[in-house]
Amino acid sequence: MLSLEHVMLRNGAFTLSVDLTLQKGQRLGLIGASGSGKSTLLNLVAGFLVPDTGRILIDGSDVSRTDVASRPLGILFQDGNLFPHLSAFDNVALGLRPDLRLSESQREAVTACLDQVGMAAHADRLPKVLSGGQQSRVALARMLLRDKPLALLDEPFSALDPGLRRDMLGLVSDLCDQARLTLILVTHDLREVQNLCTDLCLLDKGQVTIRGEMQTILSDPPAALRPWL
Amino acid sequence: MAERAQPITALHVAGGAVAGLVALIMLGPLLAVALAGEGAGGVRPSDWAAIRFTVLQALLSALISTALAIPVARALARRSFAGRHVLITLMGAPFLLPVIVAVFGLLVVFGRSGWVSHGLGLVGLPPLDIYGVHGVVLAHVFFNLPLAVRLFLHGWQEIPGERMRLATALGFGLGDMRRHFEWPMLRRTAPGTVLVIFLICTTSFAVALILGGGPYATTVELAIYQAFRFDFDLSRAAQLGAIQVAICALATLAAGALVIRVPLGQGLDRPPVPWQAAQGPLTRASDAAALTATVLFLLLPLLALVGKGLPALWGLPESVWWAALRSLTLALCSTSLALAMALPMAALMARWPWPGLELTGMLSIAISPLVLGTGAFLILRPVANPVALALPITAVVNALMSLPFLLRILAPAYDQAERTQGRLADALGLRGAARLCHVILPRLSRQLGFGAGVAAALSMGDLGVIALFSSPAQGTLPLEMYRLMGSYRTDDAGGAALLLLVLSLVVFRVFDRGGARHAVA
Repeated sequence: MLSLEHVMLRNGAFTLSVDLTLQKGQRLGLIGASGSGKSTLLNLVAGFLVPDTGRILIDGSDVSRTDVASRPLGILFQDGNLFPHLSAFDNVALGLRPDLRLSESQREAVTACLDQVGMAAHADRLPKVLSGGQQSRVALARMLLRDKPLALLDEPFSALDPGLRRDMLGLVSDLCDQARLTLILVTHDLREVQNLCTDLCLLDKGQVTIRGEMQTILSDPPAALRPWL
Repeated sequence: MAERAQPITALHVAGGAVAGLVALIMLGPLLAVALAGEGAGGVRPSDWAAIRFTVLQALLSALISTALAIPVARALARRSFAGRHVLITLMGAPFLLPVIVAVFGLLVVFGRSGWVSHGLGLVGLPPLDIYGVHGVVLAHVFFNLPLAVRLFLHGWQEIPGERMRLATALGFGLGDMRRHFEWPMLRRTAPGTVLVIFLICTTSFAVALILGGGPYATTVELAIYQAFRFDFDLSRAAQLGAIQVAICALATLAAGALVIRVPLGQGLDRPPVPWQAAQGPLTRASDAAALTATVLFLLLPLLALVGKGLPALWGLPESVWWAALRSLTLALCSTSLALAMALPMAALMARWPWPGLELTGMLSIAISPLVLGTGAFLILRPVANPVALALPITAVVNALMSLPFLLRILAPAYDQAERTQGRLADALGLRGAARLCHVILPRLSRQLGFGAGVAAALSMGDLGVIALFSSPAQGTLPLEMYRLMGSYRTDDAGGAALLLLVLSLVVFRVFDRGGARHAVA
């Protein structure tokens, strides 16, 4: 599904150098200290950054130089996921048509996605009157609507309280199961990875130091992972 | 590091085209002026007199404004009182005030028949003489004292509150506060303040036009006007223009860096820093005196203007109302033009932060409107009648004059909007109109409204290039008011001044409120 082949990116003294493969339906939790390269890696996959060398393949196609919007992926950011002047409905609809001129079937699809995340009743509301959890649900609905096979989550729930975060992770997990999404979650919290992911990757100074199936790694945690437990 | 895969859009291309056009419009007339000035011969004694007067009045204005601003800023920095916010807002008002309106108000208060002269007459003293260097300096202090206060207040507010609380805990007296806080702040801020005001005053035209004149009170800018308008000596006007360009080029360096970065009364009304040592009755009284004197100095001319203008407002000649309509139309045109130039340039600056771009936007500070007007006249004369094009040329020049302010207001907000939601927009494939509608305009609404308000108010009050070559039938409101003053119809001039003041504030308010109403955050 996703393959990073000898991908390298230099930024001053920092160098990210990664080889990584993800099968369809796998959910990878990407953890690491601040500055380890997690977000850089996600930005490379998303297309916000272009690698100096190496290739990024999605479903066998080289997308290393493809622009963000043309890659088959959806993204949830840490913040700023919603446009503040648009209603929840329009924020989701934007995922289908930037000019918001929707056909009847498209409107139904938007409503269905809002319903899927439990936000159909709040469709007309502006983001400022929605709670943090509700805003995350709307952003998630848009990601679902775009129906892309790869989901990138860049600490999207870090601003939520622990209860809401748990709910959101559960919701994302269910939706991933239903849509058979492949997912990369960037986080500082190993518990989030445990709740949502099938695989784990630890980055340190731009290098992958641990990579494998979650349960296997956690059954006998390597020393490098101990600070995260 | 590899570049972000963000495409160049039509807006960026438009920004580049606008920047090129601005450079062409600014540098073309400059070249025409330089070429025409070549055959003008040496600098005449009267020109040297103009240069000397320009420097003298600017130096006096800068030193007096700065000296008076220090106690006012100190009082504002350490006192909490009802109306403090309003007073700080008032400090931003002269920026929007048409120069000719303020000068008229000063004449009503300080002129030969003004309030102060009347009071002096009651005790047997001769009336004040406001014409000449005194009047020019007085008007410049009126405009620049608030600017100096804002700069110093900004300096005070850069001192961390923790350090002030530490000073209180250590029992600092007034002398300690001055030594450890005020003096270092002044050493940092005062030279720039003096320099900025000095350079602003060197480009003064309207003040010198009304309160100066004659062989001993003519600025270079006024000399250009006189050479052009009265002698029609184009090569001399061009030569003076070249001198003025040299003076203004210095203004770019300081004014571009300092003046327009100062918030116009916004963001300066944070709570005052506590000065435990300043609680004594003498200190309180001196602060109160400084603030009261400043308020009276700034408000009395405006109140006088209202008192003088209100009775005459309804009986104004028809020509004034037509001039007002022309000014409003001109303001709307130049504001639209300025926004049409500034938005694509801001987009390009956010995408490609090359200093040359910002410098292009700042060119209008370096090249005075009168030089531009002279150059435009020289270029247009062989192909068209420049007098017939006075209003369109004024609209373009006014738009160019407000471009630096608009860029300072819009470019950081544009950059912030792109930083906040640019990645989301990229991910959703929002480009062109959709990106503008969903990412940029909602987030720039407040800045667009404020910037448009500033541009419209500046255009409403402009008495620069229009004075150079307009016919009586094309007069704007400031020009019509100047004509009324010149023919000693002071009541009508007062009415026109009040009308101009109200219209300038209304256009600013309408744009500013409109922008704020549509702002999303």
